[in-house]
Amino acid sequence: MASEKEVKLLDFGVSPFGVRTRIALAEKEVEYEYKEEKNLNLGEKSELLLKSNPVHKKIPVLIHHDKPICESLIIVQYIDEVFPSKTPILPSDPYARALARFWADFVDKKISQYALRVWKLKKGEELEETKKELVENLRTLEAELGEKKYFGGEDFGLVDIAFVPFTSWFYSFQAFGLLSVEDEFPKLAAWGKRCIERKSVAKSLSEPKKLYEFLSARRKVLGVE
Amino acid sequence: MAVPEKGVKLLDFWMSPFGQRCRIALAEKEVEYEYKEEDLSKKSDLLLKSNPVHKKIPVLIHDGKSICESLIIVEYIDEVFPGKTNILPSDPYARSHARFWADFVDKKVYDCGSKLFKSKSEALEELNKEFICILKTLETELGEKKYFGDDAFGLVDIAFAPFTSWFYTFEALGLSVEKECPKLAAWGNRIMERESVAKSLHEPTKIYDLFCELRKKFVDA
Repeated sequence: MASEKEVKLLDFGVSPFGVRTRIALAEKEVEYEYKEEKNLNLGEKSELLLKSNPVHKKIPVLIHHDKPICESLIIVQYIDEVFPSKTPILPSDPYARALARFWADFVDKKISQYALRVWKLKKGEELEETKKELVENLRTLEAELGEKKYFGGEDFGLVDIAFVPFTSWFYSFQAFGLLSVEDEFPKLAAWGKRCIERKSVAKSLSEPKKLYEFLSARRKVLGVE
Repeated sequence: MAVPEKGVKLLDFWMSPFGQRCRIALAEKEVEYEYKEEDLSKKSDLLLKSNPVHKKIPVLIHDGKSICESLIIVEYIDEVFPGKTNILPSDPYARSHARFWADFVDKKVYDCGSKLFKSKSEALEELNKEFICILKTLETELGEKKYFGDDAFGLVDIAFAPFTSWFYTFEALGLSVEKECPKLAAWGNRIMERESVAKSLHEPTKIYDLFCELRKKFVDA
């Protein structure tokens, strides 16, 4: 089994991309050293981060046997391939794998940019446009989930890991008067609750109220409130 | 219940670099398939049904099942069709490295390259600088290797290959890849020696002609 020194994760508390990698490592029961980039929101990056991800200079970065792997979905697939476990993150059938990759990519292209921007915007046209895109795309995602237990069907997998970190934002969306996921997307809300029953998710997700405090403070600084 | 149609079909548009990636991958694996050219101003029912989420090409339809997004299609082709050559390496770290650089091409090259194409003359100098930076980063990654995959032509080569047809047009916009990134230019010539690439890419002058047409319509108007 991997010892603490073999695996290191460079991360930043509230990053949903970092949470993805933490969930994947927990699913595989991998022991690792967690290294917080404490002042990332002040624009400060450690030498290790700059050396490990010189191209994008972003977290998360997984360092395994001193070799860095970057980009959260790439890291999650690496974790799946390198650390065996009872539960694979990607299915074995190539078509099912392609579908999983497609929907994880959808979360990246169509959900994350809007979710991570909507709370920062002052009242106006840009806010309305961003809200509209987010709602439309959540609707598409909910339709894909349908009546399934997880996006992967019976098995918790890549798409669940890709999207579940954003459930921490639902409380803030409601509190800021932006969107009630519970009311508008009950299937997604129910899925979120099911995911939290998994230990890997419960211990990795940002606590919604703490995140709300963090985002509120940021909103004040940005002059949104 | 209707039996799904057997075989491989590719819904595509001739000049799409994303479609070309799929064509190269299918050729590398020597897969026979039906090519269907889409009129993007009037998308076919089949396209809308096969990619209802994004409504974009390319779409690979294999035995009635549709796969979308070019890099996902290329990985699918690699997993499903055995061939003399693997598109992704077998070592997990090497695989993550390949995926990282293919993703870099998607995030940085296409975005900036298309901005360059659409930009008015005043914005060109800044965009040129930005694009050269991006190309130089890629060139550093290539280094002295024969291909991005080292000795093996692979995912990153396939991801970036279609953009080599654009080099001629970039030259017209004041950006010489030959001069700024000679290793990248040399790699571009090397990959054209592969049949899969030579038969999937278009004449650079065709891209240039289309670019001039589009510029007349949208930019210089």
